[in-house]
Amino acid sequence: MSVKMKTAVAASLSGVLALTACSAAGGSSSEDQLSIVGFSVLESANEPIFEGFEQTDAGKDVTFKTSYGASGDQSRAIEGGLDADYVHLSLEPDMTRLVDAGLVSEDWKENDTNGIVTSSVVSFVVREGNPENIQAWDDLVKPGVEIITPNPASSGSAKWNILASWAHVVGAGGSDAEAEAFVTKLLQNTISLPPSAREATTAFSEGNGDVLISYENEAILARENGEPFDYIVPDDTLLIENPAAVLEDASDAAQDYFDYVLTPEAQADYATFGFRPVVDGVELPEVEGANDPSDPFPTPGTLYTIDDDFGGWADANTRFFDEEEGIITKLQAKTGTEG
Amino acid sequence: MTSVPLDTRTRPTRTRRPGHGARPANNLTRGAGLALGISVTWFSILVLIPLTAIVVTAAGGGWDAYVTTLTNSQTFAALTLTVGQSLLVTAINVVIGTVIAWVLVRDSFFGKRALDVIIDVPFALPTIVAGLVLLGLYGKGSPLGVDWANTEMAVFLALAFVTLPFVVRTVQPVLEELEHDVEEAAASLGAGRLTVFRRIILPSLVPAIAAGAALSFARAISEYGSLVLLSGNLPFRTEVVSVRVVTFIEGGNTAAAAAVASVMLAVALFVIVALDIVQRRVARRG
Amino acid sequence: MADSSGQVQSAYTSTGVAPPVRWLLRVVAIGYVFLLVAWPVSFVVKETFADGLTTLTDTLSDPYVQNALMLTAEVAFWAVAINLVFGVTISILLVRYEFPGKRLLSALIDVPLSVSPVVVGLALLLVYNGRTGWFGTTLEENGLQVIFNSPGMIMATCFVALPLVIREVVPVLAEIGDDQEQAARSLGANARQTFLRITLPSIKWAVVYGVVLSLARSLGEFGAVKIVSGNFTGETQTATLVVEQKYQNFEQSQAYATSFVLAFISVACIIVVSLLRPKEST
Repeated sequence: MSVKMKTAVAASLSGVLALTACSAAGGSSSEDQLSIVGFSVLESANEPIFEGFEQTDAGKDVTFKTSYGASGDQSRAIEGGLDADYVHLSLEPDMTRLVDAGLVSEDWKENDTNGIVTSSVVSFVVREGNPENIQAWDDLVKPGVEIITPNPASSGSAKWNILASWAHVVGAGGSDAEAEAFVTKLLQNTISLPPSAREATTAFSEGNGDVLISYENEAILARENGEPFDYIVPDDTLLIENPAAVLEDASDAAQDYFDYVLTPEAQADYATFGFRPVVDGVELPEVEGANDPSDPFPTPGTLYTIDDDFGGWADANTRFFDEEEGIITKLQAKTGTEG
Repeated sequence: MTSVPLDTRTRPTRTRRPGHGARPANNLTRGAGLALGISVTWFSILVLIPLTAIVVTAAGGGWDAYVTTLTNSQTFAALTLTVGQSLLVTAINVVIGTVIAWVLVRDSFFGKRALDVIIDVPFALPTIVAGLVLLGLYGKGSPLGVDWANTEMAVFLALAFVTLPFVVRTVQPVLEELEHDVEEAAASLGAGRLTVFRRIILPSLVPAIAAGAALSFARAISEYGSLVLLSGNLPFRTEVVSVRVVTFIEGGNTAAAAAVASVMLAVALFVIVALDIVQRRVARRG
Repeated sequence: MADSSGQVQSAYTSTGVAPPVRWLLRVVAIGYVFLLVAWPVSFVVKETFADGLTTLTDTLSDPYVQNALMLTAEVAFWAVAINLVFGVTISILLVRYEFPGKRLLSALIDVPLSVSPVVVGLALLLVYNGRTGWFGTTLEENGLQVIFNSPGMIMATCFVALPLVIREVVPVLAEIGDDQEQAARSLGANARQTFLRITLPSIKWAVVYGVVLSLARSLGEFGAVKIVSGNFTGETQTATLVVEQKYQNFEQSQAYATSFVLAFISVACIIVVSLLRPKEST
């Protein structure tokens, strides 16, 4: 027995050792490694951008390491020591946190696009054929409609969604009290607050809920991956603008990458995945998952923005999402949907 | 001796060998002392200090913050769901685990060896994979025609899966070692089979069953990986305590995470103490 | 194993339990295990090979998956190695020596088994994170990053598998007694010789068994590693984290394929263990 057994054990252990040896030998430390930290829905979209950059002169010797997760969580992780050279987050407050921590320079917004690299709009994702016939914000608060939206405590997408619903009421002339009532009803219809936009999409595709509030680009990407969804861009919705920045102690390659992201080629690549371009002169490709692939980004009837309608993110974030006094924070506690 | 209940495949322990007198309180040689020092230091760095950090962080917000976190309705719902499902699963495991152990020890049929190996699969399988496989069979598109994903049933299934081996493996060695003369004597005196089981076999098994149940409960309470994909983590419906803790951590609210984690730690320590008592009872019998 | 004792007892069992009861017990046991474990696990195989070998080859040629598998192997190797050394040392100390606090240490050793992996991750995070950790700040200033890096992942894996070797070795050490060791020492062997030539060989199967159990546990760790790793694709993502990520990225079949690889290795571990299990010699 012992010889056979010893062989079996030796074989299995040496198998593990062999794998380890491979890993140790292949441990990469190439010329320039950029650490990209992004919000949850970016992974697929970034692939062609990396490839495109590696084909430029500046990007020849660059390799990438990436981490994706809920925007708020990623921002906090970087603050807590997560290594990053270039960060692409869902919304400005998550970037401001890094500025306050001294990790991003205060003038990160001083470029042609105000620090924004991708944009989208808030949209409703529904089952194929839209069985509940959801077309507008008011349809979401009807009794019995089950909503999935991510958790504002961790997700950037969630904040865009909630503020869009607020704008729907206030933009049409409603009072703050009416807006609070509307958001309360929305939260009461919410059956789940997953931590990130991507996890919300997964929850929705697993069969939970009637409608998912998400980025337009996430809806498009899901459809491109064969999910049986339809999506509606409501007539009045909020413009989503995702900021990116290079961190203070990053290499020059990071700045080169940032510049590349704003080129029309890169923006066209992003458009393939449903992101609306932020520079001019971008040749829009056919966007497969869009409602109309040849006209993927129709302009909504009324497009609210954070700067015009909410006085900028700095104010809006404190007013609505402050941990103690934020309007939405208090509504979440009231409806028991803290997540 | 570690407070080990009769373990999976080793013989029952004997804590004293006949003929030895009382041992001195400290008979460490210099080398052993050094080894002990290094080991305890490593153990502190890895386990003791981090766990203390949880207790300290949980207490850091003061008693009020602690109570507020725990009584938050969503957290409280997660706690009741987790404890409730864990107790249910443990109760089922006590019965089924004993049955399976009985079948493995006292029965013989073709394929019994395979059954014995399959029992260990939940222990060795990564938990995230466990969730995935249960999803395939009991979720959307299930060949059984059920769709239990995102329901409490899914939580129950995941916990039953990961805790399956515990009672079986604590009861099995005890059953194997049982001597049959008492049973045979009772049977020859006219005791019915049920009586023999109830009065003779079962009492010997109870410590082992209790130990397995304690392990099973502790495992169920702390389960995370298999529930991440399977249960949907719907608040108030299928969200368990460990998911709640992760949400707090990712949200940067380490104080709340530590508060909930401290409750889970308290349960773990309670289980350890219970195991220790069971072990002592078994040692006294043995 | 029970096979031999089953034979010996066949005369007994046939009178011990009535046939209908025996069949009922068999059906319940087999049915439960089949529905709960065997059938679901076979799903991994089904999903992985639904398109023939393509899913598996695609998955294994994905550099992220390759990195993840190698990282898993590396982390598991170190965790098992550390736990082996620590485990054997502690086992010998607990069984062969007396010292104040022995009982407490022995009870504490079992703690990791009952602690949730997410609690493990949180605990390590609180102490070793680079900005606010008790030790983490000092460590990182001196160049050792624990959290969001391999050392943290190795520590997390060590933690969860810590008691496994000890629980196997201690009963065997206690059972066999120290007569041989005492004899060796009286014949003039020093501690090291006694350990290497007498103690270690006598516990070798328990040690091997404990190592294989630790290995299976370390390969499969998910929750604790997720919290301390930062989830860097290709860098700090282990195979289990890749499974979750693939599932979330609309790549379910690749998630199943990676699961298949992990499940295969785990099952291979158990089969090795089952073959190794010392036959009960009464």
